[in-house]
This record gives sequence, C-alpha cells and structure tokens, in this order.
Amino acid sequence: MAAPVNMLLAGFGGQGILFAGKLIAYAGLIEGRELSWLPSYGPEMRGGTANCSVCLSDEPIGSPLVLEPDVLVAMNQPSLDKFIDSVVPGGKVIVDSTMCQRLPERADVDVFPIPATQLAEENGLKGLASVILVGKLLREIGFCDPRTLDAAIAKSVPARKAHLLPKNRKAFEIGMLNEDGESVPVCSLPEDWAVE
Amino acid sequence: MKGNEALAEAAIRAGCRFFFGYPITPQTELAAYMAKRMPKENGVYLQAESEIAAINMVYGASAAGKRAMTSSSSPGISLKAEGISYMAGADLPGVIINVQRGGPGLGGIQPSQSDYFQATRATGHGDFHLIVLAPSTVQEMTDHAYIAFDLADEYRVPVMVLADGMLGQMMEPVVLPEPKTDAAEKPWAVTGHKGERPHNIANSLYLAPERLEETNVERYERYERIKAAEQRAEEYLVEDAEIVLVAFGASSRIARSAIDKAREKGIKAGLIRPITLWPFPVDAIEAAVPGAKAFLTVEMNMGQMVDDVRLAVNGRRPVEFFGRTGGIIPTPAETLAAIERVAASLEGGAR
Repeated sequence: MAAPVNMLLAGFGGQGILFAGKLIAYAGLIEGRELSWLPSYGPEMRGGTANCSVCLSDEPIGSPLVLEPDVLVAMNQPSLDKFIDSVVPGGKVIVDSTMCQRLPERADVDVFPIPATQLAEENGLKGLASVILVGKLLREIGFCDPRTLDAAIAKSVPARKAHLLPKNRKAFEIGMLNEDGESVPVCSLPEDWAVE
Repeated sequence: MKGNEALAEAAIRAGCRFFFGYPITPQTELAAYMAKRMPKENGVYLQAESEIAAINMVYGASAAGKRAMTSSSSPGISLKAEGISYMAGADLPGVIINVQRGGPGLGGIQPSQSDYFQATRATGHGDFHLIVLAPSTVQEMTDHAYIAFDLADEYRVPVMVLADGMLGQMMEPVVLPEPKTDAAEKPWAVTGHKGERPHNIANSLYLAPERLEETNVERYERYERIKAAEQRAEEYLVEDAEIVLVAFGASSRIARSAIDKAREKGIKAGLIRPITLWPFPVDAIEAAVPGAKAFLTVEMNMGQMVDDVRLAVNGRRPVEFFGRTGGIIPTPAETLAAIERVAASLEGGAR
C-alpha cells in the first residue's frame, strides 16, 4: 500500500499543467487507486496562472483541494513563489529551472530543478515541458509504475493527435533520465523501454 | 471524467433525450457534452435563447411525457424559478441541475452551497417542494442524475441535483450505469388523444380557490409519501460520536477529513451527510440525538442547512455552524478548529 500523495501543479495557462495533472490522475486510475483532479478555473485560466490539485490515495479522498502539498510542480517563478511556503516539511518540489531563476531557499524541502522548457526546445518537443516534468517527478517520487504512466500518456493523447504520442513519450523519457547530481532516482524506465 | 460530463452521460443513460441549456460557468461542460452526445442518441440538444426559455422547453417536453433536463448555475436557476414553479403546479416531472457558484447576484464563479434555501424552500413562488439530491463525489453526480428521472416520474415532481463548481470541475474515477429506456407509463402525458380518450391538460392555473387548494392538498399528501420513503443520508463514525457534524456535498468531504484528524486527537466526532436535502433526513438526525452532545454543520454559505438541523434537533442539543462563503472552500484545518471549539464549549459546560 503506497502512501497517499497530495500534489499541486502550477504554471501559466497554456504550459500544459492541467494535462500533466491528468497524466498523473490517469496513472492512478489505471492502478485502481482513489484519486481526484481538481483544476483552478476562471479568469486566471485566460492567459494568467493555472494550477491543479491531484490526490492519489488508497483511501477515499476527503478534500480534493490541495492547500498543503506533499509535492509541488512549479512551471514558472510566480507559481513557485506563491506556493513554496505551503509545501509540507519534507515535501518535494519539482521546478522548471528554465522558467524559474530563483530557486527556493527552504532547507526542509527537497528541490529538484530541471530545465524542462529548454530541454523541450532542444529536442523538438515545444510545448511538452510539462510532460518532461512529469517524468522528472516520477523519477524522484515514484508515485506509480513507469509502464502505468506510459499507458496514461497513450490514454491522454487524443486520437486526432495520435502523431504526437511518440513526442509525449520522448518528453517523458527525457524527464525520467534527467540527472540531478546528488539525487538517487527512486524510479527508472523499464529495461526494454523504447520510444517508437 | 469531469463531474459535469459524468452527470450528463448518466442522464443520457437514464433515458433523457431532451436537454435545453444556456451556458454559464461552472456548468458549461455539461451543456457542451450534451451538445456532442445528444445528436448521436437521436436526442434533442437545444441551446435556448435564455434560461427562462430553457426551463419552459423542459416543461413542454415533460408535458409530452418525455425525460427532459436543464442545467445551470446559481444566477441562472433564479431565472428558471418561474418555470420550475409552473412545473410543480402542473405536476410535471423533469430534472434541473444546479452547479452552484457564489452569490448573491452575479456573485463569483467559484464553488458554493449558498442556494440551499432556494433549493429546499423557495425555488419559485407557491406551495411546493422539489426533491433535492446533493452529490459529494463524481460517482454520485452520476448516480444522482441516473435516479433523478425515476424519482421525478414516480412522484410527478421536478427533481433538482444540487452540485457545486468543485464537483462539476473535478475528475474522479467513475463507474457509469447501464443505459435504460424511458419506460415509465405516463397516462397523463399530452400526446394527442385521437378522439379515443378525454384530452389531457398540463396546467397550473386554477382560478377557483377550492380547486387550487385541492391540488395543493393532494400534492402535499404526495410529499408526505416522499418524506416517508425517500430520505437518504450517509453516516460516518456516528455510532459513538459526541460531536455530530452535518454536512452535504463538497463540504462533507472536508468535514470527513477534519473528523479523521479530530479522532486522532481523541475527539469523538462523526458525520451525517444528507444525500437528500429535501426531504431532509430528519430520521438520521433523530437517531443521533440520544448519543450526541452537540451538532455542528459545515457549509459553504453563511448558515442555511443549520436551520433544518435545528428543527430536527428541536432544542434538545446545541447546534453550531461553521462555514465559508463567496466561493471559498473551507479547509480541513479550520473545520477541525471549529470541532475543537465545540468540544471545548462542551467541557466548559457552556452553551
């Protein structure tokens, strides 16, 4: 039985933060866990900041609104600054370091920076920085089996955009393989992993 | 699936083939889903020119004996009030979805439960009630839409599913029900009599006071049957609870989280979650009175359901209220603080 995890994913509208949350939610669904995915909606969605709460648990989920996340995924500086103080002590913070120049100063959380936007652009994966971050998140947190997340990607990429599936999987792979100096990954790609 | 979409799919599977809507946040996905799905089921999706038109289209389709539905959010429900009252007066079934947002007025677009009074007391003018269902999960959004049509047909009353922006927008796993057909016998339906029977009329105008009183008395006899048969509530750790929380919908989930934390601190708290807001589950409250020392309602409004709990408790125990409003969802931590305040007042013997 895995520990419950409450995640908050935040960024600008259009960065794919809600999609990233959906991938995690679908992975939970596929593994038969209790889960919830709650987006922020409203004026801030029209070009401003967007965020979503994702809860994974083996017990029914009470409040689906994550105010004190165990895990924060921040895709820009305003989101990081806004939510960093709410992360629980011992929490994990995944940061797109292309978009956030100032990393958090808190000593009681683990910060995992990854230049996701830059990596996406270098690899011809423009717009898929959020999927790279999901890969990084899985590498550092291990909230599900990597094969499950791969299945979640296949389920989440709509049929009319099927040609983007390999790109999404590639982005996931980049995140999973990202070296972070000291951190020891808790989750790695299956041995027979191949993108195509 | 998002709550709004799951509810829409369940309505179609319940045999609803007539949907009349008008866009408003945070229920728009529901109408959008209907626009996509209804044509494939040979059903009617129609975006009306206003909320008022939409509810009167439901009146028309229901009068013809068909399963019909409309959905909106708080300000839009106010606009539908007249039509809902006419439906009640004409004894027409029909399903109305309210994905509540903050009020009064245009209010905001964030989740709220501030239409409790409107839903349970005065959805329109005149002596009438709706059956009001209050889902707390995406699964229940589905289940309630599915049973709403049966309840409406059985008792010939409009049924409201009272959700909120949180439930409408969130995704959770959901098991969809099997499709069923609209099989209810409706000898009252206005379908053309071909000269073979007296013609049916769907009408709410009775100028003779005696006749109008008669219809109201008959309707209230039906309401008594509904009160006896249809009260629904879920209980969580109520058996040994000294402080019994009462919360519905989204806020019941927060209450549940707070109760778990209170139990860890040694406070015996439990939850009664009304699933039907009308009829209010007075029997569940009554059963909890002997063991309880106090009641606490948790709502996303300024204190509305607390009145119904006080009526049911009838002065035998203190009934306190905690809530946030305007689109703010209470946190488990502040709800726990409210439980602790009640616990402290009990220890001090204070009322």
